[in-house]
Amino acid sequence: MQVGKSVKRVDAYDKVTGRAKYTADICPKDTYVARIVHSTIAHGRVLKIDTSEAERVEGVVKILTCFDVPDIEFGTAGHPWTTNPEHQDIADRKLMNEHVRYYGDEVAAVIAKDEVAATRAARLVRVEYEKYPHVLDPLEAIQEGMPVIHEAFPDNILGHSSIREGNYQEAIREPGLIKIEGWYSTPSVQHSQIENHICYAYMEGGDRVTVVASTQIPHITRRITAQALGLPWGKVRVIKPYIGGGFGNKQDALYEPLCAWLCTQVGGHPVMIDSTREETFVSSRVRHAMRSHIISWVRPDGTFAARKMKVWSDQGAYASHGHGVVAKGMGAFPQIYPCPNVECDCWTVYTNKPSAGAMRGYGIPQTMFHNESHIDDIVTKLNMDPVEFRRKNSMPVGYVDPFSKNELYDDSFNQCMTKAEALLNFNRKRKLYANQTGPVRRGVGMALFWYNTAVWPISIETSACRMILNADGSIQLMLGETEIGQGQDTAAAQMAAQVLGVSYKDVHVVSTQDTDVTPYGSGAYASRQTYVGGFAIAQTGRILKEKILKHAHRLTRMPVDIIDIKDSWIVRKEDGRRLISLETLATETLYDIKHSEHIAAESTYSVQSNAYSFGASFAEVEVDIPLCHVRLLGLVNVHDCGNLINPQLAEAQVHGGMSMGIGFGLYEKMLFDEKSGRMLNDNLLDYKLPTTMDHPDIIADFVENPEPTSPFGTKALGEPPACSPAPAIRNAILNATGVAINDIPINPDQLFESFRDAGLLEGE
Amino acid sequence: MYDIQHYYEAKSVEDAIRLRVEHPEAVIISGGSDILISIRSGDLAGCSLISIHGLDTLRGVSLDPDDTLRIGALTSFSHLMKDPLILEHIPVLAEAAGKVGGPQIRNIGTVGGNVCNGVTSADTASTLLAFDAEAELQGQKGKRRVPLTAFYKGPRRVDIEKDEIMTALLISSKAYKDYAGCYIKYAKRAAMDIATSGCSVNVKLTPGKDAIEYARVAFGVSGPVPIRISSAEEAVQGKPLTEETIELFAEHVRAGINPRTSWRASRDFRIQIQLEMARRCLRRSIERAGGEIVG
Repeated sequence: MQVGKSVKRVDAYDKVTGRAKYTADICPKDTYVARIVHSTIAHGRVLKIDTSEAERVEGVVKILTCFDVPDIEFGTAGHPWTTNPEHQDIADRKLMNEHVRYYGDEVAAVIAKDEVAATRAARLVRVEYEKYPHVLDPLEAIQEGMPVIHEAFPDNILGHSSIREGNYQEAIREPGLIKIEGWYSTPSVQHSQIENHICYAYMEGGDRVTVVASTQIPHITRRITAQALGLPWGKVRVIKPYIGGGFGNKQDALYEPLCAWLCTQVGGHPVMIDSTREETFVSSRVRHAMRSHIISWVRPDGTFAARKMKVWSDQGAYASHGHGVVAKGMGAFPQIYPCPNVECDCWTVYTNKPSAGAMRGYGIPQTMFHNESHIDDIVTKLNMDPVEFRRKNSMPVGYVDPFSKNELYDDSFNQCMTKAEALLNFNRKRKLYANQTGPVRRGVGMALFWYNTAVWPISIETSACRMILNADGSIQLMLGETEIGQGQDTAAAQMAAQVLGVSYKDVHVVSTQDTDVTPYGSGAYASRQTYVGGFAIAQTGRILKEKILKHAHRLTRMPVDIIDIKDSWIVRKEDGRRLISLETLATETLYDIKHSEHIAAESTYSVQSNAYSFGASFAEVEVDIPLCHVRLLGLVNVHDCGNLINPQLAEAQVHGGMSMGIGFGLYEKMLFDEKSGRMLNDNLLDYKLPTTMDHPDIIADFVENPEPTSPFGTKALGEPPACSPAPAIRNAILNATGVAINDIPINPDQLFESFRDAGLLEGE
Repeated sequence: MYDIQHYYEAKSVEDAIRLRVEHPEAVIISGGSDILISIRSGDLAGCSLISIHGLDTLRGVSLDPDDTLRIGALTSFSHLMKDPLILEHIPVLAEAAGKVGGPQIRNIGTVGGNVCNGVTSADTASTLLAFDAEAELQGQKGKRRVPLTAFYKGPRRVDIEKDEIMTALLISSKAYKDYAGCYIKYAKRAAMDIATSGCSVNVKLTPGKDAIEYARVAFGVSGPVPIRISSAEEAVQGKPLTEETIELFAEHVRAGINPRTSWRASRDFRIQIQLEMARRCLRRSIERAGGEIVG
């Protein structure tokens, strides 16, 4: 077996020794550096840009402004293209915009011979604005008389969608119902991946432009770059080397289109845009802040009669991934705890803030915080056990989503809860921590999460793969699906090895995607690659294997039906006899004077299914009330993501996601100055990403129910780990102190406000 | 790539003083953990630097003949954390140094820079202040000493003349002998952070260890510069080791602190934690001095 084993990462040595090449490592030495001039107002129009002083800085090559860019509006979301105009992403921005819509919008770019010259000149570009009023809060932005951020959306509402099941109004008339109601909100946070966004562009082959970029989605970025520049798609080539993380930030066209265009303006000389951390915070993408209002009508026995949810999602200045994010978040609400009478509405609202895009979990961490906090509010009011309540109400086995056709085949929720409960010793601690007094108290809490793999049937789910048999019997594997640090290349090698009957060490994964040569794959998002890529690998592997066995027949005279490949040998199935090594077969075939053949296979698999991927988080905290401080003592995540391809990599993936969940729940929040719209904490000192010192020994575990639709029995794991830690921690704080805190992060400032309101602090 | 105009490297303290006179516009750099950030942010972009990083005579801790503790201005935080004289005489300073940033910052950052930077949040400043430390400065006219309370002139402003560099921080034996202290750094995360507030307390108990002979308390981020709360110190002088004494201390601290509201934290929140830190620091200091709190 090649899958299911914790083999070493195929890129481990390169990454540990520093041999692995990233975008900045491979750009030519004479590459020009472009620095962006960002708007210093949150909303308005650029009237004039004076570049005269900046142009006198030694080393400046050219300065281009929002008045120079092509008159083309394009959408940036890293979704696969659709030929249905109604489903295409909203095109609401140019390469640089005269109508600036957030503090940090791009208004000019200085191209210079080095970074110092570019930075000096960028500081000297004088921009004159006509200021408009701005709005930072989505619930304000939808009021009458608010500034219009995009003319095509006069009410600032980018999208609205609804779910109606049963009859809510009728159902709430049932006598004896208990009404539980709350507002819950989650902040704008940032991916904070190690490698900031970086790309460089050059021209060759006449008028073709190549962009080397730190992206999760090379094929999609190529399409968007071509659209933004008004070029035929074949004129653009995108190359993706190793990247230092993305978490969804790089599931968007960021500066690739602008960089490509700047390059065309200096005769095709290489131009690089290397974002600073501050630019990454403000001018890339963020997580949608969301605010929910939830009402549940519950019977005294703890069953639901009716439920209602309203969610407002903060889009920021430009559409990017837009309404799809909150729509996914809301979609989980009626499914995780099915209830016959449900009303849901969600809105995505433009504001004058950094644009929100894709971020690990895609709306689910937000609505899981809202809903799982609300569930514990119900449990507290009814004095019930949080695990028992969820066992009673969570999605039952056999549930089918009529839209995606997803089915819950196994008892995932209960199995995950049972395992996590035991790992944290939840029930015992819950009893132990009841009725505490004193300044320092402990508590336990838990939460479930709902997730589904990939995006079918909303978008295409397609993946193409090419395999080439080398003369030594090893395999070259090329896939459009990208390694972004998560271990994709290793999982792909293991899956290919499994299909072909070779060792994963003999599968050479071409890690770099180059749209000129790499088969199409949509890229790293939606926790899709192992699931979707698995279909393409399985299918292409079978095609390659057929070709190999055909030649094996020629060389061994044995019928194809009775032979197979095992441990890189052609074997007779019946008695296991080794007939010819794959190496000999490959060499003989390539160099056969008569039958020479380069054995290769390529195919596309268009997936027509999708899979649920569920789990739970259990947390333990210690709360120091007078110091307004929470110490996380323990955190357990248990996932059912089907069969594990590589258990150690899976565990690492969960650790990372849990860490992100800890940051979301307790630490991270982008702060904005109300008056100017400027982000206040746009650096890693003031933006409180938790450190290892803030983590307990986190525990990741699994229940492995093979996913029946996947050739490898696997399903989503990339994003799910980040979905449930925050509400589990919030519920633990509630258990410890009796204080329900509905706004995250639950940082010291928030604790101070909440404890003061609850009367837990001594008065002034 | 840092935007630096000129870089002058001092070979000796005298050389550094000469460079200061020759290049009055240049900025002193040692570890660089503050200066490089300002160059990158643009505040000091295009500046010239005088590096005193190579002046090893300003590194390390020693005892002067009168038992004054001499802490070289270029002593790193990592060094302070492990220095035998510090651990013997003022272990709380090692405790405070260990709260700065992360290991890399503690390796390059210097105690002199921490004070000369003139910021209220500096982790070692409140403890130095609470031990009546003096800054030793050297210029063309020779050396002079300034108590830290006077050295701080305002946010990012300290008493260094155009021709001077800080050579050492000095703590007299009277100030440290028989004292035990505690520093609490309050930050929004457990490492790599700036102090939301810092509190440093030290006490000397009566020979019978049943009352406070003298107590000192200093705060970071309770005002524009690190401050001492002398009224709280006086209030508990001679008082027994009881919870009432702790509360009396806290009451006077409350009257003496004046934090402000900023987007980093509100005034009310800072007052809440500073009072609690004062209580806990005093309790811990008494315990460390061998006392036992009753009641």
